[in-house]
Amino acid sequence: MLEPRIIEKLKQIIGADNTATERQDLLCYGYDATQMEFLPDVVVHPANADEVSQVLKLANAEKIPVFPRGAGSGFSGGALPKGGGIVLVTTRMNRIIRIDTDNLVAEVEPGVVTEQFQEAVEKLGLFYPPDPASLKFSTLGGNVAECAGGPRAVKYGVTKDFVMGLELVLPTGEIIRTGGETVKGVVGYDLTKLVCGSEGTLGVITRIIFKLLPYPDAKKTMLAVFDSIDGAATAVSTIIKGKIIPTTLEFMDHATIQCVDRRFNLGLPAEGRALLIIEVDGDRDLIEKQAGQIHDLIKPLGLVQFRVARDAAESEQLWKVRRLVSPSLRDVNPTKYNEDIVVPRSKVPDVIRRIEKIQQRYDIPIVNFGHAGDGNIHVNVMIDKEIPGMEEKAHEAIKEIFQAALDLGGTMSGEHGVGLSKAPYIPLELSPVQIATMKAIKGALDPNNILNPGKMFPE
Amino acid sequence: MDPLKRVEKDLKKCVKCGACRANCPAFSAYQREPAVARGKVALAQHLLAKDIELDDQTYLTMSKCLLCGSCVEKCPNEVPTDEIVIAAREALAEQRGLATFHKAVGRVIRNRKLMNMGAAMAAVLGPLFFRRVPANSGLRLRFPLPFVGGKRHIPELARKPFMSRHPEIIQGEPGKPRIIYFVGCMTNFVYTEVGEAALALFRHLGCTVIIPKDQQCCGLPGMSGGDLATVKALAERNLAVLEKYEADYIMTACATCGGALHKLYPAVVGKKHPELLKRLQAVAEKTIDAAVLLQKLGFNPEATGAGEAIRITYHDPCHLRNRAITRQPRELLQAAPGVQLVEMEGADKCCGLGGTFNVYHYDTSLRINAGKSEAIRCTGADAVVTGCPGCMMQLSDGLKQGGARTRVLHTLEILARKLRQ
Ligand SMILES: Cc1cc2nc3c(=O)[nH]c(=O)nc-3n(C[C@H](O)[C@H](O)[C@H](O)COP(=O)(O)OP(=O)(O)OC[C@H]3O[C@@H](n4cnc5c(N)ncnc54)[C@H](O)[C@@H]3O)c2cc1C
Ligand code: SF4
Ligand code: SF4
Repeated sequence: MLEPRIIEKLKQIIGADNTATERQDLLCYGYDATQMEFLPDVVVHPANADEVSQVLKLANAEKIPVFPRGAGSGFSGGALPKGGGIVLVTTRMNRIIRIDTDNLVAEVEPGVVTEQFQEAVEKLGLFYPPDPASLKFSTLGGNVAECAGGPRAVKYGVTKDFVMGLELVLPTGEIIRTGGETVKGVVGYDLTKLVCGSEGTLGVITRIIFKLLPYPDAKKTMLAVFDSIDGAATAVSTIIKGKIIPTTLEFMDHATIQCVDRRFNLGLPAEGRALLIIEVDGDRDLIEKQAGQIHDLIKPLGLVQFRVARDAAESEQLWKVRRLVSPSLRDVNPTKYNEDIVVPRSKVPDVIRRIEKIQQRYDIPIVNFGHAGDGNIHVNVMIDKEIPGMEEKAHEAIKEIFQAALDLGGTMSGEHGVGLSKAPYIPLELSPVQIATMKAIKGALDPNNILNPGKMFPE
Repeated sequence: MDPLKRVEKDLKKCVKCGACRANCPAFSAYQREPAVARGKVALAQHLLAKDIELDDQTYLTMSKCLLCGSCVEKCPNEVPTDEIVIAAREALAEQRGLATFHKAVGRVIRNRKLMNMGAAMAAVLGPLFFRRVPANSGLRLRFPLPFVGGKRHIPELARKPFMSRHPEIIQGEPGKPRIIYFVGCMTNFVYTEVGEAALALFRHLGCTVIIPKDQQCCGLPGMSGGDLATVKALAERNLAVLEKYEADYIMTACATCGGALHKLYPAVVGKKHPELLKRLQAVAEKTIDAAVLLQKLGFNPEATGAGEAIRITYHDPCHLRNRAITRQPRELLQAAPGVQLVEMEGADKCCGLGGTFNVYHYDTSLRINAGKSEAIRCTGADAVVTGCPGCMMQLSDGLKQGGARTRVLHTLEILARKLRQ
């Protein structure tokens, strides 16, 4: 419990209407998509960097933990107020400040919902490519803090590749700007990149300057079904070796296909063991040519079906196969642990084979799909909590899956971050010196460890 | 039984992903997590676990929902938040008693005599709801409830309710479908021209149209207030009336009534009163929206001849959208000669009425509506067309308050305009 005088001070800074201490509010700001729950002591909704700064100054002086929060759609518990303290929500900071069509940059506040930003720039013929599956509800601040990525990462990269500069409130309350609006800039350390993916542990992001691109002329969607997982995986490297970088290369394994087909009957061929959804974008004539080239390149790889969408409606039909994955998973088992390992593209078949072995050994259903183009596989360990012992077994299996990814030169998380849920595993991937270096940075910026404590590093 | 027990299984389905934050009108207005479906589901979970109370705070939170069902459509886990909110409101009503406004609503919609006589209803409701006031443009009605602020524009009550203008059975051609028309209060008392249009269209198709005199309010206002006893009473009376006639279809031209008969009767009343479930399901299966039925019966808008040129935009009522009825009205409207359909931005977004939501949270309801009015204005349309008389009232209110002259029409009015000349 916080002392009443602290709550009073917060109310003075943020306004009573924007400071919530009712139990109901606290309950509603204590969860995220991990389904873990912790109760904060107070929830504040600041309107600008100045208010954030005053909150952090107070918190730092009084040594009260502060947990930045966007939409709370995180998959690793980054926004959860473990241990209690102040939850600082960015929803009120939701203005798109400007979109500069001369320089192709935009400045936004962190609470803007990703899709709203995309729509706003697209109206001007511009393009903001990062597209996490949560784009309809997650915030840009959360995207930057988690360095969110999506299917278009193959060609365009992830959130950090579009962040040019930030306004950041440090844990001690100072407001700084990092980076800027110029394409080039080499003065000092690159603090912008450091903050991208820092999961709200180094500062509260209060402004973001994004780089934009022209909106691509046209796009083309294809669906390719293969008779083996190797066929699909080889197709990925073959296409890229053929000097075509598709916008997306989404992958579904046999278990996933079955899952979707069982429920929605999409008429996928029975001999299909894996499939790819391939999209190219750019100049209209060029993508027409590329679609032909892609077909020629992957034909010898055990291709059993190849569909090309002729228009937007057909493209939507093909994407539907992918979108139906999540809703059909629950038919396997009620609860899923969604891990998002990454391996080098060429190692996708190896990691899938290893996961199949793990699945057999633990006798737990595991469904894999994801962004084959960048080697990012969503490994869904499906459990039923009512079955005794299954949960524990699943955790063991997940640890082995992480190890498999690391053995193949990969990483434990490509999108979801470390947060609370992966903190215990971080020593699997990072050496003691690496961890110590990161902690030194954290310690320098946040001497009292008040900003999002308990996240990222094992306690 | 604790109403929340009824939805216990549904509560467990929520994985707290937050997908319901997209498009929740209550969340867009309040910008606070308790107002979004995920928050309400979380609170309902805690209510069931008895670690929070059915107190004022809960009451306020649960009142911040328009029962639009947008969250249910967006939810990857099929969590029926609307049913959960109704159950929570029912629990609140059971423990705290019904709010005065809802008591009045219940009294009125349960009273057969009052509901059958528009004038009487106006007289009884007058002091509470409507007060005739002179305005620049003639007589108009407005909400006098103190917390409504007296700003609302309400259309005038019809001089003669729709149902009292027509016999119970209007015989059609032999071999053609027999249709029961479930009229609904808004059409009967306020937008009678919607009823006339429906009648003209189905008579044009040769159908026999049955307008049972004893039909009652669908009960949605009661459901929205957690007054399940009233809803049950109404559902039972409606069942009796609807089962009285052999018919191929039960047709509604009101999205809200349709939603009640088609979805919420079995889902809410049926779950609470399993003894009624089978009968409610039978009614639900027969219930069909007028636009869908017109298409099904092969109605061709071109055949009725060219009407005056009009530029329209279409608003999706929540209770059609959440039954996946978005394509049919548009196809019909586009096929109507002289009609040019321009899409507005966010056509599928709630207009802000939300059952009785707009009575409790009128300012918020207007705020939600403001976005809608702006979207309509941007299309430059002469009229906004929709499939729900409730939405029509809300859209008119918003447009009038904003000083816009855009007309508000029902889909059927456009389709029937040549037939009724
Ligand atoms: C259905 C679903 C699909 C998803 N798909 C993807 C996907 O395809 N790709 C992907 O990368 N992720 C995905 N995610 C995960 C999640 O949506 C992303 O991590 C997203 O970026 C989180 O944004 P948020 O606004 O919800 O942040 P929150 O969950 O509120 O917070 C996430 C982290 O960011 C910090 N934070 C938030 N705002 C700020 C700020 N202004 N300053 C400093 N720190 C801040 C928080 O402290 C926390 O550590 C998905 C999640 C769901 C539920
Ligand atoms: S979308 Fe469904 S599962 Fe996700 S938080 Fe909302 S109600 Fe829960
Ligand atoms: S029914 Fe509508 S208003 Fe209510 S929680 Fe769902 S989306 Fe929000």
